[in-house]
Amino acid sequence: MCLGIPGLVIELYTEHDVLMGRVDFDGVRKEVCLAYLPEVSVGNYVIVHVGFALSIVDETEAQEVFKFLDQMSELDELDGMQP
Amino acid sequence: MKYQDEYRDPVAAQNLLRAIHNTISQPWTIMEVCGGQTHSIVRYGIDQLLPPEIELVHGPGCPVCVTPLELIDKAVDIASRPDVTFCSFGDMLRVPGSRSDLLAVKANGGDVRIIYSPLDCLKIAARNPARTVVFFAVGFETTAPANAMALWQAKRRGLDNFAVLVSHVLVPPAMTAVLQSPNNRVQGFLGAGHVCSVMGCQEYRDLARQFHVPIVVTGFEPLDLLEGIYRCVRMLENHEIGVENQYARAVPTIGNPASQKLLQEVFEVTDRMWRGIGTIPRSGYRLSAMYADFDAEQRFSLARIDTSESSQCISGAILQGGKKPYDCPIFGTACTPASPQGATMVSSEGACAAYYNYRRRLSPSNAELSNRQVQQT
Amino acid sequence: MIATPMDFDELSCPLPNTLADHIQLGHGSGGKLTNDLIKQLFLPAFDNNLLSALEDQATIQLNRWTESKSSSPFDAARLAFTTDSFVVRPLFFPGGDIGQLAVHGTVNDLAVGGAEPKFLSAAFILEEGLPLTDLARIVISMKTACEAAGVQMVTGDTKVVDRGKGDGVFITTSGIGIVPAGRSLSIRHVQPGDCILVSGTVGDHGMSIMSVREGLEFTTVLKSDNASLNSLTRAMLAACPGIHWMRDPTRGGVAAVLNELVSAVNLGVKIEETALPVRPEVRAACEMLGMDPLYVANEGKLIAVVPPDQTDRLLNTMREHPLGANAAILGEVTTDHPGIVVMKSVIGGERIVTMPAGEQLPRIC
Repeated sequence: MCLGIPGLVIELYTEHDVLMGRVDFDGVRKEVCLAYLPEVSVGNYVIVHVGFALSIVDETEAQEVFKFLDQMSELDELDGMQP
Repeated sequence: MKYQDEYRDPVAAQNLLRAIHNTISQPWTIMEVCGGQTHSIVRYGIDQLLPPEIELVHGPGCPVCVTPLELIDKAVDIASRPDVTFCSFGDMLRVPGSRSDLLAVKANGGDVRIIYSPLDCLKIAARNPARTVVFFAVGFETTAPANAMALWQAKRRGLDNFAVLVSHVLVPPAMTAVLQSPNNRVQGFLGAGHVCSVMGCQEYRDLARQFHVPIVVTGFEPLDLLEGIYRCVRMLENHEIGVENQYARAVPTIGNPASQKLLQEVFEVTDRMWRGIGTIPRSGYRLSAMYADFDAEQRFSLARIDTSESSQCISGAILQGGKKPYDCPIFGTACTPASPQGATMVSSEGACAAYYNYRRRLSPSNAELSNRQVQQT
Repeated sequence: MIATPMDFDELSCPLPNTLADHIQLGHGSGGKLTNDLIKQLFLPAFDNNLLSALEDQATIQLNRWTESKSSSPFDAARLAFTTDSFVVRPLFFPGGDIGQLAVHGTVNDLAVGGAEPKFLSAAFILEEGLPLTDLARIVISMKTACEAAGVQMVTGDTKVVDRGKGDGVFITTSGIGIVPAGRSLSIRHVQPGDCILVSGTVGDHGMSIMSVREGLEFTTVLKSDNASLNSLTRAMLAACPGIHWMRDPTRGGVAAVLNELVSAVNLGVKIEETALPVRPEVRAACEMLGMDPLYVANEGKLIAVVPPDQTDRLLNTMREHPLGANAAILGEVTTDHPGIVVMKSVIGGERIVTMPAGEQLPRIC
């Protein structure tokens, strides 16, 4: 698979002409290669696999499952009002 | 941890389970392709919480499991050489070759090192110009960009003492092999989320159309998996085919173009042998002509390696969803994570190892019983 | 793309030869390989009742060799005896060094057996070329640790090996303690229904070592938790004389200790994932490297098994002590699934917690 976990970009820098950054995972900080995310900026959450950021976490999309769950519980409430 | 803890919420998990229960009307067989998903499913006990109509089968998506024996033997050969520093991800060290594994090479004095990122190998190579630093470049499309970047940098920085032993494999050809198999039972798929972060969803649309199956690109947290299963069941119940993206927060539809571009420069598609399955056409990467100088197989004259296959282990059938770990005659007895007899027991992500570690039948094995008797006397 | 259809029954996979004809790192991991070595080599060779109790310390009745007329083994104070070797790289790590580890580890092996640690020995195997300043720093650190634990270093030995034949310093410490009259802790005392407590956050030591391991380095405020636990065990036993068993979850972590328990007594263990105290940094580092905090080493924590009616008193006592501030009830001993440790996950599913096979390695998958 590919063990990938979300972390917060806290600093950008260049090393050997490649975009790198420091990424914070709940107080654990690691140097991560950001070369595949040229549009990344400090404050983004990125998914990191073997020291490489592969995507920027999309905040709107991240909420989708919770929206769905909210809709579901609303439906449940409506069902509950049925005689 | 943000974007992680939220997806482990027990109340939300119960609600999704209820949604699955309310949606399902008949038995369905769903394959989670990725070993990381297998690992999560058993680690969180998700499979036991699902309605009995759902059968989850575990796919060939564990790069450690499917790395062919011959390559492990080559790794052992190269790592044993006195002038070589052999770097690998931790998972590969315990994988048994024909006669040895990398941990045993280390025990016998070989310079074998575990690294986190392929870029760490370049640091070692730059610091030790007199040694050849060989990296075991395994993994699916997710890991390939990291390895490609290490090669690209090595070339630009003139690190001639760096080489790679490449064993990259690709997910869609493996899914094709499963779907084309005459005794395929898989009706829907959970797609490998992080692979799609790199490659996007297009290849899966083609697969879904060709084989008339639903595929839900899915993440790795409990809520991701439950939502992926829910969506897959919904598609199956509605006779829908196509691709849904449950993991859109980390998977743009087009994937990651910058990494795809470098993959095309550094690698080219080739036939690959899959441990436990056999050769699948155009199912992996090898180095492109431009990077051929970095090929460890060319750089070292490796003796012809003959590998032997066992007849007891059924990991091939397990990797393709034909059988379950419990169907194997040696599961949990002759074959355990401490003495893996086959591909799927080797990695903690392999279906057998996942079952052994988290789902063994709740009764002590014979070995444990005999140990206990020893202690009580 | 056309793949050849395959017949599942034709498939097979490789059968490796057994790899156990040389010692590997896994034999020192505190997991299954270590157990195999003990059960297949050491126990048969040295066969005796004290050794086969398989505790981290041997408890010896001196009245068998003295003039005491006592008939019961617990009427008189007994001697507790233990030994432990320390090999750690780097020698100095966040929150400690090999010297204090060598004191704490041996003190703790005595303390969890219910003993008051009294005397230690230290044997040093030094590598040619070790800077004397490093050794001095280690020795001072041992002195400080001895003073804090209230033990004396009363004998020792030094050997030097050729450059390249050691890792700077290896230290072996042995310890002697006194188990007061009337006190007996044993794995055999554990009963169904007993509660399992842990004295604080797990995985701190192992992950802080990991943070400075070459090739895996990461930046964190995380520090090793290494500490002598005898002041904590003293407080615990004063409040709850009825504690059945204690063990410090070092190599192999909590998972190894719980598996030792279920394999020694014919019972099962059930724990809750949500109850396990884990620092966010430890959890994050484990997530990053694909490791499980249950299997990570601790050097200043203990697991205690206690009858249910004493659990709350013991938990409060532990939490009042600085070394037990984050103590928690992990779960209980059960007659269900004997020989197996089961953990209920955060979302309510169950999984088995196995004995670690060898050293836990970082993984990409």
